[in-house]
Amino acid sequence: MIQLNANHFIYLLQAATWTLLLSLIAFVGGSIVGLAVALLRVSRVRALRALASGYIQLIQGTPLLIILFLSYFGLGIMGYKLVPIVAAGLSLTFYAAAFLGEIWRGCIEAVPKTQWEASDCLGLNRFQQYAYVVLPQAVKLAIPPTVGFMVQIVKNTSLASVIGFVELARAGQIVNNSTFEPFVIFIVVAAIYFALCYPLSLAARALERKAHAGR
Amino acid sequence: MPAAEPIVQIKNVVKEFGPLRVLDGVGFDVAPGQVAAIVGRSGSGKSTLLRCIAGLETVQGGSISVCGHDVGRPGSAARAQLRRDVGMVFQSYNLFPHLTVERNITLALTLVKKQSRDEANAKAAEVLAMVGLTDKRTAYPEQLSGGQQQRVAIARSLALQPQVMLFDEVTSALDPELTAEVLAVMEDLARRGMTMITVTHEMGFARRVADLVVFMHKGKVWEIGPTAELFAQPKTAEFSQFVASEL
Repeated sequence: MIQLNANHFIYLLQAATWTLLLSLIAFVGGSIVGLAVALLRVSRVRALRALASGYIQLIQGTPLLIILFLSYFGLGIMGYKLVPIVAAGLSLTFYAAAFLGEIWRGCIEAVPKTQWEASDCLGLNRFQQYAYVVLPQAVKLAIPPTVGFMVQIVKNTSLASVIGFVELARAGQIVNNSTFEPFVIFIVVAAIYFALCYPLSLAARALERKAHAGR
Repeated sequence: MPAAEPIVQIKNVVKEFGPLRVLDGVGFDVAPGQVAAIVGRSGSGKSTLLRCIAGLETVQGGSISVCGHDVGRPGSAARAQLRRDVGMVFQSYNLFPHLTVERNITLALTLVKKQSRDEANAKAAEVLAMVGLTDKRTAYPEQLSGGQQQRVAIARSLALQPQVMLFDEVTSALDPELTAEVLAVMEDLARRGMTMITVTHEMGFARRVADLVVFMHKGKVWEIGPTAELFAQPKTAEFSQFVASEL
């Protein structure tokens, strides 16, 4: 058995950068797809609304773990072998898109109907109404819950360890396998997750206060 | 009096919300430069009628024509054209809270009329002067009183140089002092020859400014006529009761 040493902690910190990277992929990808989902969800075309709503329900009703299994093992057996980071990135993107889409739909719908009417009467077309009137107001409402959801994403990246992606949680397991100091190691792992998430939680709370105090 | 060709023609309009018939065969004409006041109790259908004229509601029967555009059919090509010719002011102002007073006014000028930012800003300065709010150019709506917000909303519509202005109970949310400043702006507009249709509870304003009074009751035009005549000799019991109760 190997004695726990400083190199192990450096290894954990390096793995944490992969956690960060995966979180970033999930957030950026999830935002792009999620915005599309939110806009489809409030579309005037019934079929598009149904499509988006079906997508949201499907993803929200499926454990992320199973989505990861499907994209890694499932696609793999069908001949589309993805490297772990791609499989994990895709899974988290589609997972985050469903939740962000639903959060943002609520924010778009929270903009009063009278704002649509006023901009309609001024002659703005639908695209201009979204771009200049509705979305800027919805963004303001969306910031606190969105930052809150980012915390969930960071923690959920730990599930990517099951498909062999060496991020923080998996790195903790690996170090533990050679040193067998589970208590110390997983406390350190937990502390690193906390260090990543706590600033986000603080930011979410501060933004929420600001949103309530502001206009 | 309406010698010229009417600019607004409303014929036999029927509007239903589900089983509820809100407008039941409404019709009248407004001539260019005329000020029409639509009055009546809550639920008489007067605001709905105005929203139909603005193209915000679709009608189930009859026709509305404004400046020669057929209104009331959604998605018609006439609708875009209608927007250029008709301005609408709402009870709740409906300014864009995230934009300055100036940008509230210039947004449609730059996006719809494709004016340059400088051109639009000059127009904004002009209409803000008309409503007496030149010094509020860079303020946000929340920093203004209700009366000031409503004047900005009027200026925002005016900037697009509409031929007809619609006012939907624009002073109902304001206290008397603020009401007066908004009504003053509207009187000024009327003097400049703007065609106006206004739904209002301000009987004093209607008597003073309107050429034509339309009394609505139960979704119908119950009584209509030149202002002085109508107030002097109400023909129906409902209208005389209404006038008495509003005093």
